[in-house]
Amino acid sequence: MKPLLRLIPYLARYRKTLILGVLTVVMSNVFTVAVPLFVGRAIDIMKAGLSAGNLKAGDLLGYAGLMLGFTAVAGFFTFLTRETIIVVSRKVEYDLRNDFLSHIQKLSLSFFQNTPTGDLMAHATNDISAVRNSLGPGIMYPTDTMMTFTMVIAVMLYQDWQLTLMALIPLPFVSYAVYRLGKIVNVKFQERQDKYAELTTRAQENLSGIRVVKAYVREKYEIGLFKSLSMDYLQKNLVLAKVQSIMWPLMFLLVGLSLVITLYQGGLRVIDGRLTIGMLTAFLGYLVILIWPMIAFGWVVNILQQGAASMGRLARIWDTPPEIQDSERTDYSIQTIEGKIEFRDVSFQYRGAQNPALYNMNLLIPQGSTIAIVGYTGAGKSTLVNLLPRLYDISKGELLIDDIPIHQIPLKVLRENIGYVPQETFLFSDSIMENISYGADNGTDDHVREAAEISQLVSDVDDFPKGFRTMLGERGITLSGGQKQRASIARAVMRQPRILILDDALSAVDTHTEEEILKRLRGVMQERTSILISHRISTVKDADLIVVLHDGEIVERGTHAELVALGGKYADLHQKQLLERELEEL
Amino acid sequence: MHEEEVLGKAYDGKLMKRLLIYLRPYKWYVVLGILLSIIVSAMEAVRPYFTKIAVDDNIANKDEQGLLWTILLFLAVMIVRGAIQYLNAYLTQWIGQKTIFDLRMQVYEHLQQRGLKFFDKNPIGRLITRVTNDIEVLNDMFSSGIVMVFSDVFTIIGILYFMFSMNWILALISLSVLPLLFYGTFLFRKKAREAYREVRLQIARINAFMQEHITGMMVDQVFNREERSFGKFENINASHRDANIKSIFYYAVFYPAVEIIGALAVALIILSTGIGTISATITLGTVIAFLQFNEMFWRPIRDLSEKYNVMQTAMASSERIFKLLDDKTAIHDPAEPVMLPEVKGEIEFRNVWFAYNEPEWVLKDISFTIKAGETVAFVGHTGAGKTTIISLLSRFYDIQKGEILIDGVNVKALRLGDLRRCIAVVLQDVFLFSGDISSNISLGESAISQETIERAARVVGASRFIERLPARYAEEVKERGSTLSVGQKQLISFARALAFDPKILVLDEATSSVDTETELLIQEAIRKLLQGRTSIVIAHRLSTIQSADKIIVMHKGEIREKGTHQELLSQGGIYYKLYQLQYKDQEVRTVSSA
Repeated sequence: MKPLLRLIPYLARYRKTLILGVLTVVMSNVFTVAVPLFVGRAIDIMKAGLSAGNLKAGDLLGYAGLMLGFTAVAGFFTFLTRETIIVVSRKVEYDLRNDFLSHIQKLSLSFFQNTPTGDLMAHATNDISAVRNSLGPGIMYPTDTMMTFTMVIAVMLYQDWQLTLMALIPLPFVSYAVYRLGKIVNVKFQERQDKYAELTTRAQENLSGIRVVKAYVREKYEIGLFKSLSMDYLQKNLVLAKVQSIMWPLMFLLVGLSLVITLYQGGLRVIDGRLTIGMLTAFLGYLVILIWPMIAFGWVVNILQQGAASMGRLARIWDTPPEIQDSERTDYSIQTIEGKIEFRDVSFQYRGAQNPALYNMNLLIPQGSTIAIVGYTGAGKSTLVNLLPRLYDISKGELLIDDIPIHQIPLKVLRENIGYVPQETFLFSDSIMENISYGADNGTDDHVREAAEISQLVSDVDDFPKGFRTMLGERGITLSGGQKQRASIARAVMRQPRILILDDALSAVDTHTEEEILKRLRGVMQERTSILISHRISTVKDADLIVVLHDGEIVERGTHAELVALGGKYADLHQKQLLERELEEL
Repeated sequence: MHEEEVLGKAYDGKLMKRLLIYLRPYKWYVVLGILLSIIVSAMEAVRPYFTKIAVDDNIANKDEQGLLWTILLFLAVMIVRGAIQYLNAYLTQWIGQKTIFDLRMQVYEHLQQRGLKFFDKNPIGRLITRVTNDIEVLNDMFSSGIVMVFSDVFTIIGILYFMFSMNWILALISLSVLPLLFYGTFLFRKKAREAYREVRLQIARINAFMQEHITGMMVDQVFNREERSFGKFENINASHRDANIKSIFYYAVFYPAVEIIGALAVALIILSTGIGTISATITLGTVIAFLQFNEMFWRPIRDLSEKYNVMQTAMASSERIFKLLDDKTAIHDPAEPVMLPEVKGEIEFRNVWFAYNEPEWVLKDISFTIKAGETVAFVGHTGAGKTTIISLLSRFYDIQKGEILIDGVNVKALRLGDLRRCIAVVLQDVFLFSGDISSNISLGESAISQETIERAARVVGASRFIERLPARYAEEVKERGSTLSVGQKQLISFARALAFDPKILVLDEATSSVDTETELLIQEAIRKLLQGRTSIVIAHRLSTIQSADKIIVMHKGEIREKGTHQELLSQGGIYYKLYQLQYKDQEVRTVSSA
């Protein structure tokens, strides 16, 4: 239960409403408890009237009216209870979910690479729901149960303590049975879910590997496998059904037992004249009132346990500190950057990796220059540029921007001045307009158009019926790979960054368009620093400096002409691309 | 809106008729279930009657002995009722589970029989939803739905029966609030359903937003968009909260309202006893029994209104499932298949034209022959049509024009199973199933013994690493073989092909690079694999090309060059360029590593 203590500050925010809520619980109980008494009195009057043969509706009107009135008032308070306590639980859920997102927003890239998205989604939905569930009912029902219990039992004891005690004997068993069965049901339910997951996984595997299945004529075997898993799942379901099915009959039986005891013992007392028939009716009425709280009690214990487990999982996320953030070394007087970049003996190693991804990197990029990085997949090109917006922090050496160590620059200032076009284009399901102006605070429609012109996206967009208002993604259209890349470039250009990074961002664009884009970029980026990563010679050939990376180290550097003359890796790549072009033209 | 979210009507005669077919094998159990429900309902309804007897006959006459008997009988009825109720609850679950088991297997078998064309157009995720979620939804309908509707109806009938037989005037008076209860429940259901739909919609929005922004978190951070994204999320989150609060309101009104309607009925019953004509005919016990009946009415009515939702989702799901079952995309066996008693392994493509979507021809007038036992390498740039050729040989797709022959017999004249059994396909992306090493080599084929598996592994050189694993051949293979290296996976797939010992081998070499030692192992394994069978290889390795009897060069869906390595090199055509581009480096590497 300990993890639930973390919820106290959340609840404290709504303490007034919660106190009010608890008061309404008390009030609704006060009024509910009186109702069976009125019915009992009415029955007694009825009895006297019936035996005397002079029963009149007027004699009963008072108690009937009181009963109806009290039920209505109790109902009003019950209404208020839900509108306070349950509503607060929804508000806390809202706060929790906001805090969850705002926390993970601060976490660094490595966290997301080590945590499956599915897990985070499960935390944000299932776990927060479970916590909320333990809050609303977790406050409402125990309060209600305690109140009902004390009041009803007090009244009953006052009327006839012996009968009360006898009538109550089976009720603790109700709570206990609900608690125990609830626990078993949870275990069996989990077992069932595990089987279900297994079944789903098998279907997933089979369908993903359908080519192999068909090529080796394994359909029958696969059906057999699935059948036995399906059978297991069926068995687990039936085991669960066995446990779940016993719940209600058992409840009815235990409650019925209470009823029978009351009827018999109470009946004997009526015969002896120690109890009126009306009181007996009232007792029966009280038992009905007590059933639900007794059931709820066992149920709530389970809900609280589940809530605590979920809160524990959430706490682990909350307790993950952001790795990359401003620190005491940050110099907040830095308002902007110019764009000179220097790597001094920089090494970088991914967490858990055997070897460094970058090794003793020394590289000076003057402000306003264009440099290009080439190399095979896995050479460390993306890693190198990821260090600039501090998606990762360097492991060794020094990384300087404008001769200032990168750690001293406020993260916000640093990132504001970088236009980054990542290798994997990621656009949001929003309008094209929104996507392009994504990183610009005060971009006008003209700015967006301008950026799209630079990235050669305008003519494409103008062909869409809704132009820049066209929605992307699930609810809109799907852009081609090249269009996506060009949108992503427009988004980066839109920020008018001091440093522009294109990580293999032209791979899906044809060479002619690429040339156009590069030409226009040169115009805008005259005073600014550009870093281009590419596999294509056509992209990099005009750069001021070309760097060839291999296994995390710089192996060649120079201009296009120099490197071709050198006859090394770059020249080889150049040669191959010439051949490729010839092949394409055949 | 998503296809998955569409809710139609709650009852569709055609769908229902088709669904009921699945209950047919269990019809006697369904009948038993309904009978048991009637018994339980009757016993439920009789309960207040016992109270009446206790009050009127026993207590009023000071008959202690009689009271004890009444009570014991009452207890006995409750125990029996509990037992039957339990039995029935289990029985209905059993019926439901059995039925959806049958349905699930039917859907799964149906999927296994679809052609690859079907899988090209249906995303796997959607198919899985059909096999799992959609079928799960039907469980509710088959188990609780059908039988419980009977149970609820009978409970109501039972209560009505006892009420009217005890005192019909009082019965009418207590029922007078029923229209109010009905209307209230109806109104609540409608409102609650609307609110629930809104909540679902908002949850979907939250999930979509979360999913997108977790995946794109890097973009958010690099573009300093955290705050604005957070603001957007806050709005969606608030809509979700408000939708929930709205739905809380309906519940908050509804439950007290039901209580008040109940109290109204009680008040009416009490008051009516004071009316002359009624007071003359009733007893105290009757009044007390009526007070209890009054409480019992409410549950079956609420249950019935809940069934509406169950039916609605069930109809939507079953419609999607039936649509899937009605898809007949498949490649069928010929009516009178030709048998090939002894496969030699001769392959011929005769003027083959093929398009996945006409008229975008992927293969244009392809003709070639491969003699039994020959190895032919296919080379060409990406998109040349190499992979398509091997798909067609196994008849994963049917060609539009021309003929594909094995030992002179058109593949369309052979039984699919016979055709595919004589071809082993090793794909570029090795697909491993979760299980163990053995099961991944034999793919569960019982005709392949453990010895065969181990021999195959030895021949291709996979045994070296397998025997170093803690459980050797029984070592667990995780989903997609995530614990194995790329090279190891390839060796396993070679062993798999060898264990099936086919006449024809189709090999699509993987391009991914592996370390030198593994590379040498793989080259050796390929050499052994090709021995003594007709082989088609999409080659990425120089060593494979050099050992081929013939090389066929494809370009943009056509065969452009044919010949041996040396012949083609000296031509200085496409092959020459491809060689320079893809294979020449390997020469350097082999030399330097040797």
